[in-house]
Amino acid sequence: MSSRDKIFTAIRKNKPESVPYTEPDLSLVINYPDLMSQFSTVLTAIGGSCKEVASATEAKQFIDSIDKGAFVIDTTGVYPSDLTHLSPASLAAVDTAIIRGGVAVAENGSIWVTEENMVNRLLPFIAQQLILVIHEKDLVSTMHQAYERISVNETGFGVFIAGPSKTADIEQSLVIGAHGPCGMMAVVIRN
Amino acid sequence: MKDHATLAEEFIKDDARTNWHDETLWFVRQKRDKAAHGLPEWEQLREWASQIKNHTLSNMESYLEEFEKNALDNGVKVHWAADATEHNQIIHDIIKSKGITRIVKSKSMLTEECHLNHYLEEQGVEVVDTDLGERIVQFRHEPPSHIVLPAIHLKKQDVSDTFHEHLHTEKGNNDPTYLTRAARVHLREKFIASQLAITGVNFAIAETGGVVVCTNEGNADMGTHAADVHIACMGFEKLIPKASHLSVFLRLLARSATGQPITTYSSHFHKPRAGQEMHIVIVDNGRSDILGKADFRNALKCIRCAACFNTCPVYRRSGGFSYHTAVAGPIGSILNPNFDPKKYADLPFASSLCGSCSNVCPVKIDIHDQLWKWRQELSKGGHLPLSKKIMMKGMAFVLGRPALYRFGGASARWVLRHMPFLVKFKVNPWYKQREMPEAPKQSFRDWYIQNKKK
Repeated sequence: MSSRDKIFTAIRKNKPESVPYTEPDLSLVINYPDLMSQFSTVLTAIGGSCKEVASATEAKQFIDSIDKGAFVIDTTGVYPSDLTHLSPASLAAVDTAIIRGGVAVAENGSIWVTEENMVNRLLPFIAQQLILVIHEKDLVSTMHQAYERISVNETGFGVFIAGPSKTADIEQSLVIGAHGPCGMMAVVIRN
Repeated sequence: MKDHATLAEEFIKDDARTNWHDETLWFVRQKRDKAAHGLPEWEQLREWASQIKNHTLSNMESYLEEFEKNALDNGVKVHWAADATEHNQIIHDIIKSKGITRIVKSKSMLTEECHLNHYLEEQGVEVVDTDLGERIVQFRHEPPSHIVLPAIHLKKQDVSDTFHEHLHTEKGNNDPTYLTRAARVHLREKFIASQLAITGVNFAIAETGGVVVCTNEGNADMGTHAADVHIACMGFEKLIPKASHLSVFLRLLARSATGQPITTYSSHFHKPRAGQEMHIVIVDNGRSDILGKADFRNALKCIRCAACFNTCPVYRRSGGFSYHTAVAGPIGSILNPNFDPKKYADLPFASSLCGSCSNVCPVKIDIHDQLWKWRQELSKGGHLPLSKKIMMKGMAFVLGRPALYRFGGASARWVLRHMPFLVKFKVNPWYKQREMPEAPKQSFRDWYIQNKKK
C-alpha cells in the first residue's frame, strides 16, 4: 500500500462525524468610515509610508521627484524586456522597484500584488525600496472584503504586502529591513 | 533523558535572565491583547476559525483529495509521507536528483519535528535556515526555543558573540540593527546562490490547490523566487476549504502571535514560475492517530501562533528548551504525548492549569482541559514517575481521611510558626525560588464553623 493510501485509510477510519460550519457574516465585521485615513495610519504604524495624490499624472510626477537610487525597475511603465529572466544576482542590485498594487486593506495596511503586476516574482522582495501604486477605489475595510474582490489563483503567485521587510529576532528589538526592502511606500491615486 | 522540571531548574539559575524572558513574553502577550481588543468581532472570529477547522478535520479526506487534484492541475508535484523518515527521504531524493548540495530553508516547524536539517547534513547537504532567529540558533547548534521567536532565549550580547564567531562582526557590538544588517548581507548571498528552497506552509487551500506562507522578513519569498526548485512541507491539518477562509485566519494569526495586524508578507503560491519546479510534501507522522482520539483531536486545529506560549506562566519562566521538543509550550505539551507518551509524560504536568492558554487560543483549542486529561491518560498508561505516583497515592490517602487532613494542616501551620527552619531550607523543593506563606491563625474550616452562625 502506498503512503498516500495508508494516510487516506487512517484518516477515513479515524475522522469524526462531519460537523457543519457557518460562513463568516460580514455584517458582524468592523467597518472603517474613513478607509483612507485608517489605511494610512496603519501602514505608517507598521513602518511603511503613504502618499495620496490626485491623479495618475500626479503620481508619476511625485515618484519622479523622489530619490530612488541609480537602479530603478518600474513595472508600471517601461521596464527591461528580459525582466522575467533577470538573475537573482542582478536583481539584488535594484535600488527601487515600482509596482502596481490591487486591493488594499484598511485594517492592516496590506496591498495585494500579483505575479502579473510584479513581472518577476523576486522583484518586490529583493529591491532595497518598494513603491506600490494603488487606487483609492481599491481600498476595503478588512480581509473579508479583500478576498471577495480577488481570485487568489488568478496568477501563479500573489502576495499581500504590508510595509517593509522587518524582524525583531534579536532581543525583540524591531529592525526595519531584514532581507528585503528597507522602505515601502504606497502611492494612493484618489481617482 | 532530563524531564521538564530538571531542565527548567537549569534555565532559572540565572534570575535576571529568567525575569527578562518572563517580562518579554508577557509584553508580546499584551501586544496581542491590544490587537485583539481593537476588533469588536474578535470572539466571533475565533468561533468562525474554530468551526472551519473542526469542519475540515471531520471531512479531511475529501478536502485532501480536492487539494491534491487542484495542486496537480496547477503543475505542482504532490508527495505523501506517512512519517518523518519518509518526509526526509522524499526531500533528499529531490535534492539528489538535481545534484544540489546547498539549499535554503525558511521557518517550518514540521521540518523541525522531522529533524530534516540533521538528516540532510548527514547526507552532505548544506542547509541554511534563513529566518534570522533560526539562523542565529543554527549557528549555535541549538534548536529554536519558541515557534515564532526562535531565539527568544538569547540576549543581544549572545547574538553578537555568535555573529562575531561566524560572520566576523565587530566584537562587543551588540546593536540589533548592526547585527541584523550583517545577517542581511550574509543571507542575501545565500539566497542568490541557492538552487533549492524549502518552506513550511501556514494554510493550504483545498478549492484552489495553493499554499500560503506568512513571514515578516520576506525570507520565504527571497528563497523560493530565487531558486529553481521550491519544496513546501505541510502536515495535512494545514488544510482549509476555501480561499475566502484565509480572511478569518490571517486576521487572527499575526494578531495572536505578535500583535501585528498582519505579517508583512502573506504569500499565495499556486503555480511554479516558468522554468521552476514546485513540490508539496503532505505529512501524516502520527496526525491521523490524533484524529481518532475524541479527547485530543482538536489540538490539530492549531495554527502555530504561539499565543499560548506567551501567556503561559510556566513557559515564560522555564524557557523553550525545558520542553525537550520542537513544539514547546502548552500546545506542545498536548501534542507531543500523542507521538510518544513515555518520552513526553512530564509535559502535561508543566502547567498550573490556569487556563490562560485556552483563553487566548485563536482557534479555541481546549488546551488546559487536554492537559488535565493527558495527566489521567498517562497515569492509566503507567507513564508517571514513581515519585509522582507515591505523592498522588499519599495525597489520595490524606484527602480521603478528613481527620488526618485536618491534623496535617494544623501541624503544618504550627511548624511554619514555631519551627520554620524545618521547611525553609534548601533541600525542600517547595522552598526553592519561593517564599513560604505566613501561617494563618486558623484553617478555613475552623473560621467557617466559627463564623457561619453570625
